[in-house]
Amino acid sequence: MSDRSQLISTGKPFQYDKERDAEFERLIKRYPTRESMILPSLWLIQEQEGWISQEAIAYVADRIGTFASKVYEAVTFYTMYQLHPMGRNHLCVCRTLSCWLRGKQEIVDYLKNELGISPGQISEDGRFSLEEVECLGHCGTAPVVQVNGEFHENMDVAKLKALLAKLQ
Amino acid sequence: MEVKILSAKFKLKNANKITVAKKHGAYATLGKLFAMKPEDVIEEVKKSGLRGRGGAGFPAGVKWGFLPKNTGKPIYLAVNSDESEPATFKDRYILVKDPHMLIEGIIICSYAIGSHETYIYIRGEYTTQVRVLQAAIDEAYAAGYLGDSVAGHDFKLNVTVHRGAGAYVCGEETALLESIEGKKGQPRSKPPFPAVAGLYGCPTIINNVQSIASLPFIIDKGADAYKVYGTEKSPGTHLFGISGHVEKPGMYELPLGLPILEVIDKVAGGVWKGRKLKGIIPGGSSTPVLLPEEAQDVTLDYESMAAHKTMFGSGGIVVLDETVDIVALVKNLIDFYHHESCGQCTPCREGLGWMLKIIKKILRREGSMDDVLLLRELCDNIEMKTVCVLSAACTMPVRSYLDKFRHEFEAYVQDASASAQVKQE
Ligand SMILES: Cc1cc2nc3c(=O)[nH]c(=O)nc-3n(C[C@H](O)[C@H](O)[C@H](O)COP(=O)(O)O)c2cc1C
Ligand code: SF4
Ligand code: FES
Repeated sequence: MSDRSQLISTGKPFQYDKERDAEFERLIKRYPTRESMILPSLWLIQEQEGWISQEAIAYVADRIGTFASKVYEAVTFYTMYQLHPMGRNHLCVCRTLSCWLRGKQEIVDYLKNELGISPGQISEDGRFSLEEVECLGHCGTAPVVQVNGEFHENMDVAKLKALLAKLQ
Repeated sequence: MEVKILSAKFKLKNANKITVAKKHGAYATLGKLFAMKPEDVIEEVKKSGLRGRGGAGFPAGVKWGFLPKNTGKPIYLAVNSDESEPATFKDRYILVKDPHMLIEGIIICSYAIGSHETYIYIRGEYTTQVRVLQAAIDEAYAAGYLGDSVAGHDFKLNVTVHRGAGAYVCGEETALLESIEGKKGQPRSKPPFPAVAGLYGCPTIINNVQSIASLPFIIDKGADAYKVYGTEKSPGTHLFGISGHVEKPGMYELPLGLPILEVIDKVAGGVWKGRKLKGIIPGGSSTPVLLPEEAQDVTLDYESMAAHKTMFGSGGIVVLDETVDIVALVKNLIDFYHHESCGQCTPCREGLGWMLKIIKKILRREGSMDDVLLLRELCDNIEMKTVCVLSAACTMPVRSYLDKFRHEFEAYVQDASASAQVKQE
C-alpha cells in the first residue's frame, strides 16, 4: 500500500465527452447495482483526461448516485488510477521477479540517467513520467516496459534508446 | 513434448477474428451442448478431471456442483483474468490468440450452471489485450452467440468485461467480486463461499480463464479424450510459462506429468549461458523453491508438487542460475507481496512490512543471525492467521529460501559482524 490520499482540484467542472457518455450508458445496463459503475467510470475519466481530478470524482459520484467517499475509496485503492497529470509518455518498468532476473535494473538505471527523473517523477518538460510497477504478465519476454499502455518486450538499452527517440 | 489442445489456433493468423476462428471449429460444440442436459455437462466435466488452472487446482465440475438449487436468485459466472501472480503469463495468450475459445467455454459453463450473466475480470494493465477481447465479444454478439438467444437456442447470455486497476489481490476470488461491486479489493471472510453467496449476495462461480477455455475440447471430444493427456489425478494439458534464466523462455502447452528438469532442458533450452542450475520456482512466485537435487524426480502435476512440499500453482516456472543472490531475490518477493497487501489484516499489513525491513537490513549487511531467525519466525506467525492467503503466498516461499539457502543469509550476517568487529577495533 502506498499513500494515495491527495486529490487535486482543477477548478473547472468535469464532464464526459459524447463517446464516454455513450459508453457509460451502455455499461450501466450491464450491472444490477449502480455502484458497480465506479471502476468503469474512473477508467472512462482517465481515458479522457489522462488522470482523475477531484471534480471528476464528484461528477462520477453524482452521476452514479453514490457518495463521493465510495468513489474516493476506490480511486485511492487501485494504483493504476492516476491522481495527478502524468508525462505525455508514461513509462512503466516491471520490477518483479522474472524481469529482475533478466536485467530490469539496467533498464531503470538507463532511464533515470537519460530522463533525469526517478521512478514516481515527471520530467520538467512534461514529456516523460517514469514508474516501477509489479509483474506485467509478460515474464517470458522479460524485461518488459509498458509505454502508454503498449508492451515492449525483451528490452535492452539499445531498444530503449530507439524507442525514446520516437516518443514526442 | 508440446501438444496443441488449447493452443491449437495460437499460430493461425487472425484466429481472434470470428470468421477465421469458426473456419477452424469455434462454436462447433454448441449444437451438441444444447442437446445435452445441464447436469450431463457438469458430469462430463467432472469425469474429465479438469482442475482449476488459477492456482489451487480444485476440480471444476465439483465446484459447480456446490451451487444451491432453486434459490430464486440469479447465478453469476466470474471469469478470473487477473493474471497477476509474478511469473504467470498464460491466460493472456488465450485472450489475444483465441478469445472465441474462451467465449465458447463461457457459454458451456453458463449453460451447465444455469447462469445468464458473466463478468470477465481482466487486470487493468492488459490494455491491448482487453481491446482484442472486447472486439471478439462484440463479434460474438453480432453473430448471435451471445445475447438473448445464444446460437438460436432458448438461452440468454450476457458477457461483460470488468477492468481491474492494478491490484494483485483482486485475483483472489472474493476480492475480485468486491471489485466488480465497485469497492476496494479486500477479500471476504469465508464461509459463506461464493457458490452460496458471491456477487451481489447471489450464488457465483469463479473460474480461471484457462479452466473455462478448456471446456470446448472436453465437450466436443469427450472427457476420455481429455484424459488421454496428463496423469490420472492431474489430467489434461496446461499452458506453462517458463521464465528466468533459460535459453528459450516462453509459453508452452504441455500435458501434465512431465519431468520438470526434462522440460527445462528440452523445451526451454536449458539454463542459459551454459551456467549451472541453482533452483526452480515451480508454479509462480508464491510456490516454495526446489533445489536441483530435489527436482530430480519432480513431475509437472499437482500430486508430485505436493509430495515435494511445493505447489503446482499457476504453472509459471522460474529458473534460477548459479549467479542469483537469493537474499536479494527474497527482498524482491517480499517487496511485491507487501506492496500488494490489501491492508485489512494486521499480520499481513504489518508483518510483511516488518519482513521487508528485516530483509533490507540483512541486505545492507547490518543484520545478525537473530534477524534471520526472526524472519523465519515471522513466517510462522503470519501464515494462516489472515482473511486470505496472500500473506501465505509470501511466507511459504520465503520460508523455503530461508531453509534451503540458509548459508546465503548467514554469509550476509557474517559479513555484518565482521565489519562491526573492524569498526570496534
Ligand atoms: C492473492 C491471490 C491472488 C490470486 N490471483 C489469481 C489470478 O490472478 N488468476 C486466477 O485465475 N486465480 C487467482 N487466484 C485464485 C482464485 O482465488 C481462485 O481460486 C481461482 O480463480 C478459481 O478458479 P479455478 O478454480 O478455475 O482455478 C488468486 C488467489 C489469491 C489468494
Ligand atoms: S491476508 Fe493480506 S491481502 Fe489478504 S485479506 Fe488480509 S491484509 Fe488483505
Ligand atoms: S515479472 Fe516482469 S512481467 Fe512478470
